[in-house]
Amino acid sequence: MIPLLASKLILKCLERENVEYVFGYPGGALLPLYEAFRTSPIKHILVRNEQTAPHYASGYARESGRVGVCLATSGPGATNLVTGIATAYLDSIPIVAITGQVDRALIGTDAFQEADITGATAPFTKHSYLVQNAADIPRIIREAFHIASTGRPGPVLIDIPRDVQLENVKTGLTYDKVDIMGYKPNLNGHSGQIKRAIKKIKEAQKPVIYAGGGVVLGNAQQELLAFAEKNNIPVITSLMGIGAFPEDHPLYCGIVGSHGYKYSNVVMNGADLIINIGARMSNRATSHLTKFEKDTDFVHIDIDPAEIGKNMETNIPIVGDARTVLSELIQKDTVTDHAAWLAAIETIRIENPLVYDADPPCSDLINPKVLFKDMSEMTSDNTTVVGDVGLNQIWSALYYRIIKNRRYYTSGGLGTMGYSIPAACGAAFATLDKPKEIFIVCGDGSFQMSMGELGVIAEHQLNVNIILITNTKLGMVRQLQFDNYGKGHYSGTDINFDIDFMKLAEAYGIKSYKVDKNADFNKVLPEAIKHQGPTLIQCQVHPDFIRI
Amino acid sequence: MEKKTCLSLLVENNFGVLSRISGLFARRGYNIDSLTVGTTEKTELSRITITVTGDDQILTQIKKQLNKLIDVITVIELKPDDSIIRELVFIKVKADDTTRSQIVEIANMFRANIVDVSRESLVIEITGTRYKIEGFFEMVEPYGILEFVRSGDTGLQRGGKILSH
Repeated sequence: MIPLLASKLILKCLERENVEYVFGYPGGALLPLYEAFRTSPIKHILVRNEQTAPHYASGYARESGRVGVCLATSGPGATNLVTGIATAYLDSIPIVAITGQVDRALIGTDAFQEADITGATAPFTKHSYLVQNAADIPRIIREAFHIASTGRPGPVLIDIPRDVQLENVKTGLTYDKVDIMGYKPNLNGHSGQIKRAIKKIKEAQKPVIYAGGGVVLGNAQQELLAFAEKNNIPVITSLMGIGAFPEDHPLYCGIVGSHGYKYSNVVMNGADLIINIGARMSNRATSHLTKFEKDTDFVHIDIDPAEIGKNMETNIPIVGDARTVLSELIQKDTVTDHAAWLAAIETIRIENPLVYDADPPCSDLINPKVLFKDMSEMTSDNTTVVGDVGLNQIWSALYYRIIKNRRYYTSGGLGTMGYSIPAACGAAFATLDKPKEIFIVCGDGSFQMSMGELGVIAEHQLNVNIILITNTKLGMVRQLQFDNYGKGHYSGTDINFDIDFMKLAEAYGIKSYKVDKNADFNKVLPEAIKHQGPTLIQCQVHPDFIRI
Repeated sequence: MEKKTCLSLLVENNFGVLSRISGLFARRGYNIDSLTVGTTEKTELSRITITVTGDDQILTQIKKQLNKLIDVITVIELKPDDSIIRELVFIKVKADDTTRSQIVEIANMFRANIVDVSRESLVIEITGTRYKIEGFFEMVEPYGILEFVRSGDTGLQRGGKILSH
């Protein structure tokens, strides 16, 4: 066998994993790998700051259903990945992060651009590798993709010293079948527990399905729909579960949590059986759920056994893949109707309506709730909306309707500002050959955290539309300050400079619009959608519009 | 209710495995009472014994979180009834001509070994359960304990059961 340079072997291994794009930023410790990129069919997308690279990989992974890959050099390049890796970990997104490392002999000497990145990321990677021998590369890369994409997905980091990339390897692309002694995810639910769950489902008077990100990640939407319809059980989602169930379905019951719909929280509080599918019941989701009836039963279906019973005591744990377990549940003989419960829910819904109204001066400018409601009517069934973090996220999550093939992505777990632009770009790269409408929703705070990435949007003429909600404030923190300390108790939440976003967009050659009335937004939106290439619509919202 | 529990782990001898395990305890706020690690009959595997204090809910979480680590192959709880759990302790006790023979007598009763003698001290090696060691400490305490070092619990299941993958 002809020896192969390890840097080339790395890219051959990535090819074997069907990697199309790598989102990265070069540096000294990656010189051999970047030299190999010149002759590789894998496309390297140069991001403008390593901090955004994992978000690109995350958006790509969510849109394509495959593993996203990001790359950064040793030291500061690697540490810049940390927040993005943690973001992917908290949302269980399958990404592989590859970092350059200083030469093996220099590790531990505080060499130039040396950082212990496997150590730094240990708390929020599913697994990590420091490659000490080039011959291990085929095994490690195969394992990394396997671990990232199976079981509960998550980020895996591979740290590769520069001199390892320069080794000659004789082994070639060996190592096909993954066999990791300590990693055997369980997909099928325990039959005894499924039997117990079925019994509870038959007995329950007021059951609710609580669907989380696991349904979306596990592609279990069809199975969930069939199961809910067969048994007439209403479906509530978490923020990460948006897209698990069509929002125009009669059984759809909204989003729960401190930033969810009021009626959803009321419904969930009144349930006598909660069937949790792939949601971890974090403090954000459960803070408004303190009034559970004592005899509420909890069925928890999750692929990660450690999630079951962690935040909420569960009497029926089912460890397994959402799609597999739901298929098993559908096959069981249960047909329930729950007409009285569904009628009661209708009353709750009427008593706790969504409020769109605003008073002056807020009503003088754009009403963001109405904006997203209108946008729901004017966008295609294939739209992907990527919400950032802040009020823009909550407004878009609550008032833009996810139906048919639409998708909604956001940094739900870690709440990382600056997520939307790079994640939407990653999604755009995943759908370059398909007609897909991708919307970025961000505020003036989150936009400025990642606005360097406009360079990537412009360079690749990505078909993304940026809905930039501006109020010259950091709206969500301001809302918290108002709620906790009272009116006027604002601190550090003013953006005291009125940026000319039109000029900024122009500098990047991005077609832009500025609107301060909902009617004007509705006029420019179809134009923006029709426009080939990126657009930006700046929507002015009054600073005092802080209600969700 | 808080209780002490002894966990036995079989792990792959990979880079950073020990820091992954200790890091897991640190960041989730679990208390480690003791941790011992050593080689096994297979060179690629190590065994780790961890003693932890916590209630049932925490203990279940610890086991699940440990199992999530890719390098961890098996986690079992060593229950006192069907396992052997021992600890090795070296104790340096103040001893002069008037007290030395009394201390040696106590050590003999506990089947402990005298491993170092000087004019003013004795070093005693004792192996046993937590209760036996506590008992020994109580007996030699009046003579003056200068310092001691404890290995932490280590153990095996009784009978033919083995911890394997």
